[in-house]
Amino acid sequence: MWPSTESERTHCGTPCEGYLERDKMATSGVVAEITVGLSSCGIAAGARDVFETFRERLRGQGIDVELKRTGCVGMCYREPLVDVVVPGLGKTTYGGVTTERVDRIIAEHVVGGKPIEEWLIHADGREFPDDAYLAPQERIVLRNAGLIDPESIDDYIDAGGYDALATVLKSMSPGDIISVIKDSGLRGRGGAGFPTGVKWGLAKQQPGDTKYVIVNADEGDPGAFMDRSILEGDPHSVLEGLAISAFAIGANEGYFYVRAEYPLAIKRLEIAIADATERGFLGSDILGSGFGFTVKIKEGAGAFVCGEETALIASIEGKRGMPKLRPPYPAVEGLWGKPTNINNVETYANIAWIITNGAAAYASHGTETSKGTKVFALAGKIVRGGLVEVPMGIRLRDIIFKIGGGVPEGRVFKAVQLGGPSGGCIPEEHIDIKVDYESVTKTGAIMGSGGMVVMDDSTCMVDIARFFLNFTQNESCGKCTFCRVGTKRMLEILERICAGDGREGDIELLQELGEKIVSSSLCGLGQSAPNPVLTTIKYFRNEYEAHIREKRCPALVCKALLTYEVVAENCVGCTLCTRACPVGAVSGEKKQPHTIDQDLCTSCDACRQVCKFDAIMVR
Amino acid sequence: MEKAIVQAETMKEYLATVDEIAGKYVDAPGSVIPVLQQVQSRIGYLPIEVIRRIGHSLGVPSSHVYGVASFYSQFRFNPVGKYIVRVCHGTACHVQGAVAISDAICDELNVEDGNTTEDGMFTVESVACIGCCSLAPVIMIADDTYGRLTPAEARKIVREYGK
Repeated sequence: MWPSTESERTHCGTPCEGYLERDKMATSGVVAEITVGLSSCGIAAGARDVFETFRERLRGQGIDVELKRTGCVGMCYREPLVDVVVPGLGKTTYGGVTTERVDRIIAEHVVGGKPIEEWLIHADGREFPDDAYLAPQERIVLRNAGLIDPESIDDYIDAGGYDALATVLKSMSPGDIISVIKDSGLRGRGGAGFPTGVKWGLAKQQPGDTKYVIVNADEGDPGAFMDRSILEGDPHSVLEGLAISAFAIGANEGYFYVRAEYPLAIKRLEIAIADATERGFLGSDILGSGFGFTVKIKEGAGAFVCGEETALIASIEGKRGMPKLRPPYPAVEGLWGKPTNINNVETYANIAWIITNGAAAYASHGTETSKGTKVFALAGKIVRGGLVEVPMGIRLRDIIFKIGGGVPEGRVFKAVQLGGPSGGCIPEEHIDIKVDYESVTKTGAIMGSGGMVVMDDSTCMVDIARFFLNFTQNESCGKCTFCRVGTKRMLEILERICAGDGREGDIELLQELGEKIVSSSLCGLGQSAPNPVLTTIKYFRNEYEAHIREKRCPALVCKALLTYEVVAENCVGCTLCTRACPVGAVSGEKKQPHTIDQDLCTSCDACRQVCKFDAIMVR
Repeated sequence: MEKAIVQAETMKEYLATVDEIAGKYVDAPGSVIPVLQQVQSRIGYLPIEVIRRIGHSLGVPSSHVYGVASFYSQFRFNPVGKYIVRVCHGTACHVQGAVAISDAICDELNVEDGNTTEDGMFTVESVACIGCCSLAPVIMIADDTYGRLTPAEARKIVREYGK
């Protein structure tokens, strides 16, 4: 039923690299496959150079190899990742591949048939320590992540892509679709957790011929990169979900609102939209059904508040991104005043799977009130950081320790931050909670979009509160007084505490201001901005008190409260620190213990970083 | 808004660029942001004359154009260096030492955060989150991303670009 797959591949004017190799090299039926993970994080770790080196080395060798590209499988801590499939040997994965390793992989594994054991992190049918990262995951949203070429619509179709769209257009009414989504129990993955089917139902009910659907890909939470990875790794899955949503509510136009900071995601989306249009999955008469739907990309311009749906709509309309009072909700009066459905990237990525596999299959994952799976971006002080998709209801401890491997050796877990600047820090004593919307909210944090930043004993919780408030203060649009001025005053207090000028009563003042801001702000930004402060006070009040009363930063982070001293018995007088100190605070004779002038020292840490003898002590 | 000094000839080119880009958008609602983005990507920044011209070309008050431009952090009103060094200050980068990275780069280039070096080579910026959290701390120079940095490595990287 699908249109021809033999069409010319010339996206962006140039043939796609992966296919170039395939055409040239695949001369016989059975070939080896080398797949390089090329998402932003992989590229930052050097994957582009690895890909190019493979291409260069394979050229002219006369070996049958298909060199492919894929998105992010989620094991960011092992990037760059390379899969090698040699017929008869199954699939093997190398982690941390450098350009220097390419020759040996080709010679020994691809040609010689002997995988290089010491670099392997996965091989079919065998056990590896990294299995602990992937095994507990259940993948619905990330079903194709790391498996398909995100720039190939054929790869997506081969994986069952666009079957769901064909099904709904052929045999389902908009009402049927909405019932399935309602029955699946899917809730908005952008953070608030509103039932998706109900949201669609509201937009469908509205009268009028002109309606819109929007993908919120303005992933602004610092510490979150789920949406980027999904768009970079499997853009068609989001596009298909969007088209199904458009059919369900009766919209003929859709928008992707994507952060400008995600250039690769935008590029891959553009390719996906062009290909889907060419194959008839988008356009005026989709698959001969008579239903028409077109999609545009709008690039965000750098405003965190635009993640809020009414602000996002204002931004698409070309205005300052300032939120509006709801109701009316966008479902009733949205873009250009017309009924509009807005969902997050991850929400849409679930849709096609639910249509294909059924509501019951989806609802079999998760808990009573939180169905399905959730993607989390695991980062911070963690051994195995990356993207994980787990069933709702999994214990927070299992995500951090079983999947993520806990904090690096020698450090002690302190807290995990969930929900970014709108969320909160959950301490050790609460990490046995089940991860679902209600349980997370009870701790004072929020599920949020899925950013999970792990902190250890070297993280100062007052500094973290100051960090988040600095962020929300900067991003407050200024409409509501409490958010605009209140966050400013809270930030001043926190800066004072970190600078060693905290006063008795500051904690209570922060709490009072925080509660007022929560109750007096229009949108989610203001209503949640004090959360990081309020939760750190709730769980780490002793750290605030140490800063205020003892003028001491227990985690040794707040510079103004630190004292640098030379440990005389360790110091060999190598003079490295004397040269590193930018203010001339360190002095001493060669081969004699040095000293630090406390009046000059700015606690810049330069001396400690260069010292090879552990002779600089901080307290 | 501080006014940068621009040669008359250059300004003429700038305004022609605006006309060319805005010309494609007349009557298209919601075009202010895409026009600002495209103009800035060509010129590098948005001088006041350019803001006025955009308003004129699109038929909206220039106060509206400036209001939009000043709302979003992407838009700048002063010229930038040849390379923009973006130091990520997302949560993950913050807990992994982004402050020390910023300090090292600013010290190496002898420039304050948010400013441009005297030779016009580098503009150093702190940004919210680049989205490469598992490689923290991260910086981005032009379109290249560098992760898992130490202050010393960050210095070395900017030094390479300066050559």
